[in-house]
Amino acid sequence: MVNGINLALQFLDSFAFIVLAAAGLAIIFGIMGVINLAHGEFILIGAYTSTLSVTHLGIPLAVAIPIGGVVTALFGILTERVIISGAVPNYVSQRTLDRDIIEPLYDRLADSMVATFGLSLILTQGTRIAFGNSIDGLSTPFGPIEYGAFSYSTYRIVLAAVSIGLLVATYYLFTRTEFGMRARATIQDKETARAMGVDTERMYMLTFGIGSGLAGLTGALFAPVITMRPTLGDQFLVESFVAVVVGGPSVVLGTALSGGVLGAILAVFSNLYGTFIGRIALLVAALIALRFLPDGITGFIEQLRKRRQESE
Amino acid sequence: MSSTEPTSAPNRSLPDRLRSRFEGPNTIGDSRGFWVGFVVAVAALAVYPVFGDGSQLSLFMVLALLGLSLSVVWGYSGVLSFGQVVFFGIGAYTFGVVSINFATPGGITAAVVAGIVGGGLSAAILGYFMFYGGVRDVYVTIITLVSTIVMHTFMAQTAGSEWAIGEAALGGFNGMPDIPVLTLGVEGASYQFMYNPFPMRVIGIGSFELSPFYYLVLVLLVGTYLGLRVLVNSDYGRVMVAVREDEDRTEMFGYNVTRIKFVVFTLGGALAGLSGVLYAARNVYIDPTVFSLLFATLPVIWVSIGGRKSLLGAVVATLAIEYLRISMAGELALVLLGTLLLVTILVLPGGFVPWVHRQIVDARLGPGEAGGPDAPDASSEVSD
Repeated sequence: MVNGINLALQFLDSFAFIVLAAAGLAIIFGIMGVINLAHGEFILIGAYTSTLSVTHLGIPLAVAIPIGGVVTALFGILTERVIISGAVPNYVSQRTLDRDIIEPLYDRLADSMVATFGLSLILTQGTRIAFGNSIDGLSTPFGPIEYGAFSYSTYRIVLAAVSIGLLVATYYLFTRTEFGMRARATIQDKETARAMGVDTERMYMLTFGIGSGLAGLTGALFAPVITMRPTLGDQFLVESFVAVVVGGPSVVLGTALSGGVLGAILAVFSNLYGTFIGRIALLVAALIALRFLPDGITGFIEQLRKRRQESE
Repeated sequence: MSSTEPTSAPNRSLPDRLRSRFEGPNTIGDSRGFWVGFVVAVAALAVYPVFGDGSQLSLFMVLALLGLSLSVVWGYSGVLSFGQVVFFGIGAYTFGVVSINFATPGGITAAVVAGIVGGGLSAAILGYFMFYGGVRDVYVTIITLVSTIVMHTFMAQTAGSEWAIGEAALGGFNGMPDIPVLTLGVEGASYQFMYNPFPMRVIGIGSFELSPFYYLVLVLLVGTYLGLRVLVNSDYGRVMVAVREDEDRTEMFGYNVTRIKFVVFTLGGALAGLSGVLYAARNVYIDPTVFSLLFATLPVIWVSIGGRKSLLGAVVATLAIEYLRISMAGELALVLLGTLLLVTILVLPGGFVPWVHRQIVDARLGPGEAGGPDAPDASSEVSD
């Protein structure tokens, strides 16, 4: 019984970690086709912003967390304008050299990877230069809950709830609102969307901003439970890519499902054999999933649905 | 063919015929001037240890082999692999394990072969798993990336005494020290390549010592480069490039795309394994940092910056970037390196070496003829 509770809590924790790590990347990589190796550094910006707001400005944590998200979203928009779409450098070069100097990085996977890797080096090292090898962290709010001989951090349960809330909100935003429709239209077929009167440049910019904002929010949410150092983003990077790819083309549903499946595997194996085996099991499960479901979980569901429609 | 190609004339001389094997549409530098420059560059590398730090340059040249392995797999066949360091590391560890267990010249020679075979075999297994399973495009990239992380996570925890193969303890994060010095041959007729400098005396310059390992690596690098040039300009190489440009169309022409990708991936693995063997031999040490995310990203960066459709680009960029990485000390070094990567990839997406090549060709043809058949520019290529 008690072990059952342990396992359930561990699952919630793994689920929240995977979903939150993947949320921002699901949009940037899954929707926009940009391999963002600076994803971990976007998380870093969110974590540092919220932590510094609490420790230096005395802002309460509940306010500092959204601030972390917003600041990262603004940084993401800046990144998109200057690097990913090259709009700002091209604006300058159009006026000085009469030509574009940068081709947008959308759907140029390898190039986007090198560019964002460069960005990630700059951000990590810049953070180290500005703030040193670590900054003072925050204490975990809410304290523990006790059950039997065990106790568990309440905050981690809150994180699980928040991760589900974020999934629902993202799903609603991209499927039920006009903004979401325009954004998806832009990504599916840019020319047609523009012909129908969608400001595609703006959609790219905002979608990238939302993805970055989610990454920043993840950082801010995890700030009280992780060590504040310039490389803190690395621990999120692997799980986020794995979750997005295993999830497949339907971004929000895919993230939720892969968070569920991978979270369960991580929790069970960590609980039985320790964290090391848990991590290996997660990665091996991802390898096997990709081998047999090359389009991810949601791609597989889509295939099943098509097959059923054809047989009817 | 046309008269613009003198090498296709029937009664050409032996050097010309030899040269034509190395030249073709898939490599840059199909002119006499290029080969003169090539010989000068190799000669410069050969005398470099007299003046500079040959030990450091030998490391960069070992890594250039790793860069070449990615250039073939990604630049010529279109399979973006993060896993080259997996085969590199497996080659290095295999070499370490076999040579520690059989620390005789014959055993160490066998360890070199075992390392190369280990790299190739692990690439074959992973490649079979992926390509015959229908995994394509970015999913190949992610699977190879995850393989790297699996290896890193796994090797990092092999510190305990139960993780030993024969005499060789894997050593977890502390790595595997005491790898025997590289000695090739059999008992009685062997030559030690590491820590065995041969003294030289040149009148006017003075006396100095040269490392045989440096020249071994130089010969291997030049040999591999030329060998790959022959490969990519052969019929098989043309099919590889066809796979890169459009898999479906190549399949329609009756080529077995899956097998081509599998074969090239295995070849790339063996080459990465060779690089790993030399890396372990040069450092007489190997540890799990070769599987780390940073190290896994480096080959992709070398090849992207140098120009992924250019073998020469991979070599030049590896040497240059590694030199910068080592020599830029201080806390701003990483910021500068990051900026360099960012700007290069944004402004020169095709890579640095093809850009330089185009400038030279344009300058030689004059402005009116630039963009003619000898100067294929990026926009005329089939993109997908």
